[in-house]
Amino acid sequence: MSGLFASYTTALARSGAFDEMFAPGHRARESYGHVAQALAELSLADVKARGGLMARSFLNRGVTFDFAGEERPFPLDIVPRVIAADEWDVLERGVAQRVRALEAFLNDVYGPMKVVSDGVVPRKLITTSAHFHRAVHGFDPAGGVRVHVSGIDVIRDAAGTFRVLEDNVRVPSGVSYVLENRRAMAKGLPEVMGQQPIRPVEEYPRRLLSALRKTAPSGVLDPTVVVLTPGVFNSAYFEHTLLAGLMGVELVEGRDLICRGNHVFMRTTAGERRVDVIYKRIDDEFLDPLHFRADSMLGCPGLVNAARAGGVTIANAVGNGVADDKLIYTYLPDLIRYYLGEEPVIANVDTFRLEDKASLEEVLDRLDELVVKPVDGSGGKGLVIGPDASRAELAQLRARLIEDPRGWIAQPVLQLSTVPTMGGEKFGPRHVDLRPFAVNDGDDVWVLPGGLTRVALKEGSLIVNSSQGGGSKDTWVLSSPQTDGPAAGVEEHAQANAGGVPVGGPKPAPPVRESVSVWPVESNWRDNHAQKQQQQ
Amino acid sequence: MLSRIAESLFWIGRYVERADGTARILDVHLERLNHLSAKEAGGVARELLAVMGAVPKDGAFGLPELLDALAYDKSSAASIAGSLAAARENAKRARETISSGLWESLNTTYYGLAQQRSDVVGTYHFCHWVLERTAMISGRADTTVSHDDSWQFLALGRSLERADMTARLLSTSDVLATGASWVNMLHCAGAYESFLRTRQAAFGDRYAAEFLLMDRLFPRSIAFALRDAETCLTALDPSAQRVGFVNDARRIVGQARTFLEFHQTDDLMAELPEHMERVQKAVTAASDAISRKYFNRSDELAWVGEMS
Repeated sequence: MSGLFASYTTALARSGAFDEMFAPGHRARESYGHVAQALAELSLADVKARGGLMARSFLNRGVTFDFAGEERPFPLDIVPRVIAADEWDVLERGVAQRVRALEAFLNDVYGPMKVVSDGVVPRKLITTSAHFHRAVHGFDPAGGVRVHVSGIDVIRDAAGTFRVLEDNVRVPSGVSYVLENRRAMAKGLPEVMGQQPIRPVEEYPRRLLSALRKTAPSGVLDPTVVVLTPGVFNSAYFEHTLLAGLMGVELVEGRDLICRGNHVFMRTTAGERRVDVIYKRIDDEFLDPLHFRADSMLGCPGLVNAARAGGVTIANAVGNGVADDKLIYTYLPDLIRYYLGEEPVIANVDTFRLEDKASLEEVLDRLDELVVKPVDGSGGKGLVIGPDASRAELAQLRARLIEDPRGWIAQPVLQLSTVPTMGGEKFGPRHVDLRPFAVNDGDDVWVLPGGLTRVALKEGSLIVNSSQGGGSKDTWVLSSPQTDGPAAGVEEHAQANAGGVPVGGPKPAPPVRESVSVWPVESNWRDNHAQKQQQQ
Repeated sequence: MLSRIAESLFWIGRYVERADGTARILDVHLERLNHLSAKEAGGVARELLAVMGAVPKDGAFGLPELLDALAYDKSSAASIAGSLAAARENAKRARETISSGLWESLNTTYYGLAQQRSDVVGTYHFCHWVLERTAMISGRADTTVSHDDSWQFLALGRSLERADMTARLLSTSDVLATGASWVNMLHCAGAYESFLRTRQAAFGDRYAAEFLLMDRLFPRSIAFALRDAETCLTALDPSAQRVGFVNDARRIVGQARTFLEFHQTDDLMAELPEHMERVQKAVTAASDAISRKYFNRSDELAWVGEMS
């Protein structure tokens, strides 16, 4: 292993986390064999130059997020996060299961509320959620789907077990970076890309569009889909343009839309055009000034009424926030059992419900060793990590917890798994999480193979949010179990490659293409002329 | 297509062409300004700025201020940097409609702005760089965007602005009456060689002005640019009427173009200021008419009550 990994083992031992690349003893895991081999051949200058080129291309292509009014390229690290096929199999099933349960839960909550009458979840819990919107109670959305797109945040604890950290079923973002990271890595680390079967991610926009079209209001033959963005100043604006562009649909702002007769139209140069499906990337509160914040300039008045009347499909459905309330999250294993009759595939992180007196007391006692989060926050906002907090912060937090126990949850501090990441002049272990994305078209939940791996670029930091100094990694899901070829181990792979034979045996010969001719027979006009004359 | 997107595209076309025209004018006049004394240069710089449609700030006004106002001031839509930034801002809003090639060339151009030296010597290089970049942007727009309505709006903005910039260019001949020659004007428009090949021995202000004003084949001449704009307008609204017109913009552009094309005169130089003023007015009026017809939207969000 090259000098870039010289002090990696000691740094890893310091953190005590599970490392995705190295098994104990500084031996690359099987799934990372090719990556380790390629990195070993690179010098510091190579890695830096490649990193610089990738960042430059992101800036030129406008792959940026808005940070305090400034456009910044989203930092992409050169070492990918690799997920073996069998690990992914579990994740995929777990994520799909969760989405199905959340979908069932939302249908229930905005309908008969059986989950309450059957005593699984207390009614108070639902009605006190900040994102439980009575305006959308009592109707089935057109198309019958509420969680069209979801991002289920997954982490890996010190023992290497995957756990769900939170569910995002409102407007999960980040999928654009999955698509862009893959493009950049194909240029940044080409040595490895061709050697392993990595499952592709580029079908995401196609899947999304087909799900959106499938859930259009009934009776619409050729539905018009639009992406609704808050506008160019939104931090995820790049993602909105990318998705609209890749799906080939219009990207609209609230002011482009108009509601009339419970149908939605957009203003075009050729007059008004009917809109059937809105992929909304605006928070519910700003969507419809008629029902929510009256001062919102981002939405369009009448959208919720149109959705209620079945004139338009809004994806994701309004009011989904009640399902990713972090206190509801603690009930998810029960909900999976209740709605699906299955055991959860991926476990939750142990969480304290603070409305329970005994839990609250325990949490208050151990405040300096726990993570405390607001139940309706996202993007790491309001989160307090006990061991890192000052005495004054903890005192303040203590008062807020006692005042509003419904508003917070507490979890143990988890050592998220690490992946080698360029920092300073060498690779060091940095903590990562994973957000797989799932698309639900009503019949089937499809999970994008991979997802967004976010990485905390500061050593030891556990906060991976881009707004707080996080970067990302390309996430590779290997497509078949690596049982073929030599049993295991990097050395053997290296030998197999030394001979120049590509791993996986010789490539099959390309299929022979049959030639088809459709053009008229080549001839000179004189020939035709002569023929005609003969006929006459 | 969405009205908002159409408006963005129209302005991308205008701003990029404005940057291009301003760079051409600045490049040629800078050389001349450098030969003047500081006092003279100040006055000329002021007038040049006025021709470009900007008002100089109060206080001392000299060459550095002129460079700032026409080249580097990002907050002014009359400067090159300001135009390119505005073009990129519009492209950002229409990003899913335009090709990635077009977006990337606008975006890299924008980031390149910060790397330019803003002294007099650097400005020569800057102008050349801008011309290269705008040519690349136009080229990418022409070869990577489908020539549907979206491209028509882009090309419409570009041709209107081109007519306007050539008019301004010809107006600068007054400002620099002392030293400006028709050779400079032709160089500005990149028309020198074309002119020589067309006119051969017929030198003179009058012929140069006529060439830039009315030549039917030179792409930067006003008549040519206006005809381009007319073509775009026709493509956008192909309704053919036997008599009269339905489209204000088409009437305005068409009238201006035909007047120039079929105008006969013995003393073009005396009429030049009037021609220039009328062309600029026509471009403004046409731009307004296009806004009214295609980009108009109700200013406030109003909830329309349910029917039935």
